Amino acid sequence: MSAVAHAHVDDHSHDEHHHKETFITKYIFSQDHKMIAKQYLITGLIMGFIGIAMSLLFRMQLAWPGESFWLFDTFLGKWAPDGVMSADVYLALVTIHGTIMVFFVLTAGLSGTFSNLLIPLQIGARDMASGFLNMVSYWLFFVSSVIMIISLFVEAGPAAAGWTIYPPLSALPMAQPGSGMGMTLWLVSMAIFIASSLLGSLNYIVTVINLRTKGMSMTRLPLTIWAFFVTAIIGVISFPVLLSAALLLIMDRSFGTSFFLSDIFIQGEVLHYQGGSPVLYEHLFWFLGHPEVYIVLLPALGITSEVMSTNARKPIFGYRAMVASILAIAFLSTIVWGHHMFISGMNPFLGSVFTFTTLLIAIPSAVKAFNYITTLWKGNLQLNPGMLFSIGLVSTFITGGLTGIILGDSTLDINVHDTYFVVAHFHLVMGISALYGLFAGVYHWFPKMFEGKMMNKNLGYIHFWVTAVCAYGVFFPMHFVGMAGVPRRYYQNTAFPMFDELTNVQVLMTVFAIIAGLAQLVFVYNFISSIFYGKKGPQNPWKSNTLEWTTPQKHIHGNWPGKIPEVHRWAYDYSKTYENGEYIIEGQDFVPQDVPLQENEEELQH
Amino acid sequence: MDTAVTTENEGSVWGGGNRPLGASYGKLMMWFFIVSDALTFSGFLAAYGFSRFKFIETWPIADEVFTHVPFFHGNYPMIYVAFMTFILIMSSVTMVLAVDAGHKMKQNAVIWYMFLTIIGGAIFVGSQAWEWATFIKGDFGALETKGGRILQFVNAETGERAAIDEFALNLNEARIADARDKGVWFTDNETLTTFSLNEVIEGFKANPNILIRTETINENGHKTLLTREQSLGRLKDAVRVVEGANLIRNEYGSRLFADFFFFITGFHGFHVFSGVVINAIIFFNVILGTYEKRGHYEMVEKVGLYWHFVDLVWVFVFTFFYLV
Repeated sequence: MSAVAHAHVDDHSHDEHHHKETFITKYIFSQDHKMIAKQYLITGLIMGFIGIAMSLLFRMQLAWPGESFWLFDTFLGKWAPDGVMSADVYLALVTIHGTIMVFFVLTAGLSGTFSNLLIPLQIGARDMASGFLNMVSYWLFFVSSVIMIISLFVEAGPAAAGWTIYPPLSALPMAQPGSGMGMTLWLVSMAIFIASSLLGSLNYIVTVINLRTKGMSMTRLPLTIWAFFVTAIIGVISFPVLLSAALLLIMDRSFGTSFFLSDIFIQGEVLHYQGGSPVLYEHLFWFLGHPEVYIVLLPALGITSEVMSTNARKPIFGYRAMVASILAIAFLSTIVWGHHMFISGMNPFLGSVFTFTTLLIAIPSAVKAFNYITTLWKGNLQLNPGMLFSIGLVSTFITGGLTGIILGDSTLDINVHDTYFVVAHFHLVMGISALYGLFAGVYHWFPKMFEGKMMNKNLGYIHFWVTAVCAYGVFFPMHFVGMAGVPRRYYQNTAFPMFDELTNVQVLMTVFAIIAGLAQLVFVYNFISSIFYGKKGPQNPWKSNTLEWTTPQKHIHGNWPGKIPEVHRWAYDYSKTYENGEYIIEGQDFVPQDVPLQENEEELQH
Repeated sequence: MDTAVTTENEGSVWGGGNRPLGASYGKLMMWFFIVSDALTFSGFLAAYGFSRFKFIETWPIADEVFTHVPFFHGNYPMIYVAFMTFILIMSSVTMVLAVDAGHKMKQNAVIWYMFLTIIGGAIFVGSQAWEWATFIKGDFGALETKGGRILQFVNAETGERAAIDEFALNLNEARIADARDKGVWFTDNETLTTFSLNEVIEGFKANPNILIRTETINENGHKTLLTREQSLGRLKDAVRVVEGANLIRNEYGSRLFADFFFFITGFHGFHVFSGVVINAIIFFNVILGTYEKRGHYEMVEKVGLYWHFVDLVWVFVFTFFYLV
């Protein structure tokens, strides 16, 4: 086809004109990355709705322990006799909330959505390297989501061993109600999820390496792509180790091996397990578990870089430093897992090594935080919802990151280990931050996903401000509750008189949580109504430089109707002027990446 | 558009518009898949190292366990597993030759080398099945103590291991093999061993030349041999007879030894088996001339990558499980 300029690039657009799309191939088993991105987003949002709703239920239990609510009666049924939540379902809710939010919303929903949408569009490719595997990846994710939801309805309840599913709770079917069928389904669901994540990641990596358009060198990639690329790499490195832990766990559960179990006496019976070690499971789990928080966070940071630079009308500050920090964070994330295990009985010397490596992460993180702030500095800020969420991310990333320094230090961590201090820390730094990144991405790229339609800005403002205030309202007081010693995962703390004074704080947090939950309904309304009735904006609504805005609003398979644009500059030539102060392109404060260098224009040494 | 001004980035290898690593997306995906699979195996081998180090003083000595060669009697430590390893490495060599023949578009040569590779893989999988069968069957038998430790037997005169059927007495005890159809309340039970615990103990008492060997490794790197008195003392702790191995207990020593043996070699064997199946599919495609029509044999190259990886993993498994 004449439109294909580079015959040596794998090209999947050759049949775009003589291939009739049916409903099934267009909307269901689609191999088009834009449709797959939307499928990921909507599945992720539905899972997020479930996950957040669960958190509201158990927050109510924490604020008003032992009280009866019709809400519990309705949703929990036999698990809430007379409307009072039972301890088993509390543990199950906490477990599934964690699992859904970490894996299904913030891993698949965030990186799945935006990697799929943006990688081909921003690097100038017609689609992913393998559209077929991309489709398989989404449908595996869908199946694993369905299995996870089904596990909520089994007779003895879903998995309840915590999202980290430590043995022996996860390994002995008789340990607690959720250790039976619920746990089995959890493991099946996660095994499928890992396969999905692997296929997705392989595609992202290979697409970024092989399918960049002419001129799109690695140092001209938008930071979003760098973030997705590195996220995919750490996914390929860390998820397989979770797979090995899960397989060994399945052997222990179902076939009587003793990898993680030893000397257990349960229900009046001595079990035969001998010699295994639950600490081994913790090592294997956290070798995934820690990189996982960066798999969650890095895409959000990448999205923030892009949204913030565009809306500050300024080049991103320290592009190469940003890339280097992403790489440094990715590398360090694989050698710090021990800081989750300071009180597991691990050798204290090893603890000090992990303290050292953990504190090193503060350096690239601080580089990123300062670069965001200096990008904002003296910028011509366009405070639309995407920008607000990006700024919100920087705020929660800093607040949550600072407590990370405390938790990363073994001597300090021991005092607050497994308390609400930890819960507050990771919710701010990876939960809320990553959600803000997700929202920023949705507001910013909504026009790209839904053929030019824009989300309602005013509803976006309401969504942001209520969410921002309430998120701090929930998690700021939680630090103090944690420092007062309240342990996480406890069904109720009424048995400890020392915590009685904190009940009012718990009520405060729960009220904030409920309001924050309601604020998300504004987003849901805005999202759905904008899909159908959103106002159509211009082709490049945010006056952005990256290539995705050079594609037509109407989605076509292959993205660009003619030739793929060639790239001549980096993605951040905002407000660039000649020496005399004139904009490079007259009357326009941005220069898209496909515009060649003008005469007398100097390419900045970024 | 006119690109009058070019910049340093354009036209360089990583400058976009080409494949910087000179490989198709499919081959790159195979490489990254291999990275991820390698990490799964690393997880297993690290877990193995962790567990073995925990029991470093009592871990079974591989040279005493893997001593069999099919059709031969006697003690040939590591001979057969070395043969298996050799076969697998040779199948990698034929795979290299197949890929090379593919580059030269020699269909018949590819067919023959792929065929040899498949045969090599099949021999390996078959040998592994035989290894498993021998391991599960066991050869000497042992006793397990209350604390879950394994007691093995040695003939004091020859210094050789003594199998329990060499000295156990046949007391003609009435032993009932419970089964689901024989009792109302019965749910589950282990299969009966050849000799009962009592028969082994009585046989031991009747044969003064039999000694007990514990799991503990002494400073010479051998298992500790007890004196006759010590042996009789230890015998009191015995609670059951163990023959061969399963996922719960085994006659070789630490339970984790058999657990990891089954799991790691099993997981690797599963990889080899899938490799053989994939190779067979490609083999038939080669015969049908699919790649001849396509103009290149890249699929052979991709499965070749996988095959070499499986081979490389075996080198590590062999090193850590059998040699070290």
